[in-house]
Amino acid sequence: MIRSKQDCRTLELKPLELYLHIPFCVRKCRYCDFLSGPADVCTQDAYMEALLEELKGRSEECAEYEVDTIFIGGGTPSVVKPEWIQKVMDTIRRYYQLSPEAEITMEMNPGTVDREGLEIYCRAGINRLSIGLQSANEEELLKLGRIHTFAQFQKTYRDAVDVGFTNINVDVMSALPEQTVESWRRTLEAVLTLDPIPQHISAYSLIVEEGTPLYDMQERGTLILPDEDSERQMYTLTEELLGQYGFRRYEISNYAREGYECRHNCGYWRRREYLGLGTGAASLMKECRFTNGTGLEEYLMNPLGMRSEVQYLTEEEQMEEFMFLGLRMMEGVSEKTFREAFGRELMEVYDSVIRKNVQDGLLEITRGEPAFYRLTHRGIDLSNYVMSQFLF
Amino acid sequence: MAAIDQSKIRNFCIVAHIDHGKSTLADRIIEKTGLLTSREMQAQVLDNMDLERERGITIKAQSVRTVYKAKDGEEYIFNLIDTPGHVDFNYEVSRSLAACDGAILVVDAAQGIEAQTLANVYLALDHNLDVFPVINKIDLPSAEPERVMEEIEDVIGLEAHDAPLISAKNGIGIEDVLEQIVEKIPAPKGNPDNPLQALIFDSVYDSYKGVIIFCRIMEGTVKKGTVIRMMATGAKEEVVEVGYFGAGQFIPCDELSAGMVGYITASIKNVKDTAVGDTVTDANRPCANPLPGYKKVQSMVYCGMYPADGAKYPDLRDALEKLQLNDASLNYEPETSIALGFGFRCGFLGLLHLEIIQERLEREYNLDLVTTAPGVIYKIHKTNGEVIELTNPSNMPDPSEIEYMEEPIVSAEIMVTTEFIGSIMELCQERRGRYLGMEYIEGTRALLKYELPLNEIIYDFFDALKSRSRGYASFDYDLKGYEQSSLVKLDILINREEVDALSFIVHADSAYERGRKMCEKLKDEIPRHLFEIPIQAAVGGKIIARETVKAMRKDVLAKCYGGDITRKKKLLEKQKEGKKRMRQIGNVEIPQKAFMSVLKLDDKK
Repeated sequence: MIRSKQDCRTLELKPLELYLHIPFCVRKCRYCDFLSGPADVCTQDAYMEALLEELKGRSEECAEYEVDTIFIGGGTPSVVKPEWIQKVMDTIRRYYQLSPEAEITMEMNPGTVDREGLEIYCRAGINRLSIGLQSANEEELLKLGRIHTFAQFQKTYRDAVDVGFTNINVDVMSALPEQTVESWRRTLEAVLTLDPIPQHISAYSLIVEEGTPLYDMQERGTLILPDEDSERQMYTLTEELLGQYGFRRYEISNYAREGYECRHNCGYWRRREYLGLGTGAASLMKECRFTNGTGLEEYLMNPLGMRSEVQYLTEEEQMEEFMFLGLRMMEGVSEKTFREAFGRELMEVYDSVIRKNVQDGLLEITRGEPAFYRLTHRGIDLSNYVMSQFLF
Repeated sequence: MAAIDQSKIRNFCIVAHIDHGKSTLADRIIEKTGLLTSREMQAQVLDNMDLERERGITIKAQSVRTVYKAKDGEEYIFNLIDTPGHVDFNYEVSRSLAACDGAILVVDAAQGIEAQTLANVYLALDHNLDVFPVINKIDLPSAEPERVMEEIEDVIGLEAHDAPLISAKNGIGIEDVLEQIVEKIPAPKGNPDNPLQALIFDSVYDSYKGVIIFCRIMEGTVKKGTVIRMMATGAKEEVVEVGYFGAGQFIPCDELSAGMVGYITASIKNVKDTAVGDTVTDANRPCANPLPGYKKVQSMVYCGMYPADGAKYPDLRDALEKLQLNDASLNYEPETSIALGFGFRCGFLGLLHLEIIQERLEREYNLDLVTTAPGVIYKIHKTNGEVIELTNPSNMPDPSEIEYMEEPIVSAEIMVTTEFIGSIMELCQERRGRYLGMEYIEGTRALLKYELPLNEIIYDFFDALKSRSRGYASFDYDLKGYEQSSLVKLDILINREEVDALSFIVHADSAYERGRKMCEKLKDEIPRHLFEIPIQAAVGGKIIARETVKAMRKDVLAKCYGGDITRKKKLLEKQKEGKKRMRQIGNVEIPQKAFMSVLKLDDKK
């Protein structure tokens, strides 16, 4: 079903983000509650086949869109044979309009891919890598149940650079079990002294989620997490240190050098339309949110029949999302965009909430036209507290 | 319908300790008997239309009339009147007993006599009921019917050698019970031609019929059109319908005469007019005297009930009004709390009664409630000679105006196996109990007698009793009277503001301990705010304990699960919901359950 690209170009195409979920990894990390797990090659192959099937099947509903970001996430997408990534990209190019400037990201873990694999990704069109390091401290890596060492990370990073990747993100995590402020500083410094320096750093703090081994440890009382003061210090250290190296915090947990903000992720916060493919993947299209079911068996049998939890958003829900998602961005939400989207004034809709939070020093309004509403430093720390107030 | 021969009626109840099988036996009796005499069969068919109309009525008291064809070939009418099983409802029990001529005493073949067995059997004997024992659960491996029979004869003095040995659960021996009902329970007396004299033993409110009075006719006859008068409350109405109790249904009949048990409806609007224990008579031909024993039910336990959402105050008022239609022992009056807004101070027979009402309000009326710590009625003797009854700690006068205070004391009987005597005595000492004595029963068990302050047993005494005796102790109590006591009001200050709804009255010796625990508990219950919050306990303005809730420093969700916005929103929603269930006091938000936390000060982690 090849459509003449020329025909479509004449229409005004809307931008679309694609998310592809690959739910496999070498071994589940002790903090991970994502939809992911180890699987044999046969299962992986069957899954990738089904994913291609879903890509093809969904292309029709994307006829009026141009794909301008792709994110292949997981799990650890680099555990499947690199050829699959090539096939995925080929399928997208064949069945979708793909913008020539598209940002195409793939997640990977150190030690799961060699230079040859990276070359294949590069040829396939992947132009951004997101590498999960989490910590530069071997003991911390072990406690998290990570599969790699810091040396393995360095090797993967080197290979990626050598192959020609020029837009790389490194994931790091603070508030780890038994982590100290000093070891966190060393992790950050290890990343900042990489040669060349990465373009993007995601700095999360560990959240102990129910159903993970760490959670069980916490329940038993055997998990030693940094105390509140140390955690606060790590937190301030992050912005300070990364700032010194030219990284700007543009989202609660994300830092980038000028021009390297992750467009795909920003799309989530700006409520751009996205289509998720694969098990458990979420989508937002035409003000409707839906999610694929999580069953692997079911997906293999019928990759197009997994859509569930379909929720058409009311205008109120759209406003709520506009606020609590938009406020994750450091620049905040624009009153102009709000007006354009809803035909109403943000300040009218949220008058008392905004007043209260401005008074509490959690929210600020930038001068200028258009005005932006954004979290203050304290507001960032208490973002859930602020955001929850924007729900009706 | 033909008149019913008085000698063929048996009015009885079943008394037992909790879990000894009272309800199961009742079910078996109903199962093995019929609902109608063969003569009445016709009548029921005719009444079918009415039955339709009555659908949906639930009967509070499990009173039921059944018909038993005995071995002597005669048909007997059994009126089984169920009695509430908890000490809270002692007065109701006593009125139900007064409506009977006899009682079946059910005793567990393994456990033998327990505290409530004794309490209930003595209550039955006090009402001159003929009591015969039944030994239940004989199928249990641990059953010792012989021992239990001896126990019954020795301890209670009831003849037990021919007691039916039954298993109500498995339907063994039920025939014996039915025959003994005919043999051992006397037929009612009373003359149908005398002036009407009927005992109210319960009443329920029905939205179609108004109040339905459950009564036992002692003398005379009542039928449709009779103008009746309640002798204590003075309420007067014309009877609309009389009838008896089918299984779960009201079955109308022509008249109720001396010896019968049934119901009367007379478009009465309020259960208060038909107080349990009152006497119904014919307004035009009254009986000389009311039946003895009527007393106004006294609430023993009080607490404040507030709607979680202040806007629901009218709903709470309506719900209480409706519940009171059905439960004359519930009383309430409006009160205002600075912390909780508008609500009601409610009086209950006991803690169980309180819990039942709370649960009904929440379930049946869909109300979210904030309940303050239950308390008892204290008598305050003021220096000016005035005596006030204090049900709300906030109303306690300034200590300088108080001459002395009194608190209610109960006499309690605790039945326990000898190995736990030590730990139970310890518990009673902790709760300021006064040891009165101990009787050994059958060598392995003892009956401990104590006097205890009521305010020490209304929270968690029963739970503590059970946990310290591995569930074996049983307990019964009676209000004895008031005694002078050294009591203080413990106040809680949150962010330096006194929270009236958290104040409670406590014995001076335990004030410090309670205050400290209370602060610790509240520290865990109150979420962090944007600022630091001191929590203090004070007696008479003097701070005796303090904790601090630190200011909130971080509340951020770092990772956002790819595009799974729904998950993120659920988290925020939960947070927002949590806030809704908070009470704003000054600028501090306090979760509702914090107000109940005083109740759980004794639970050890």
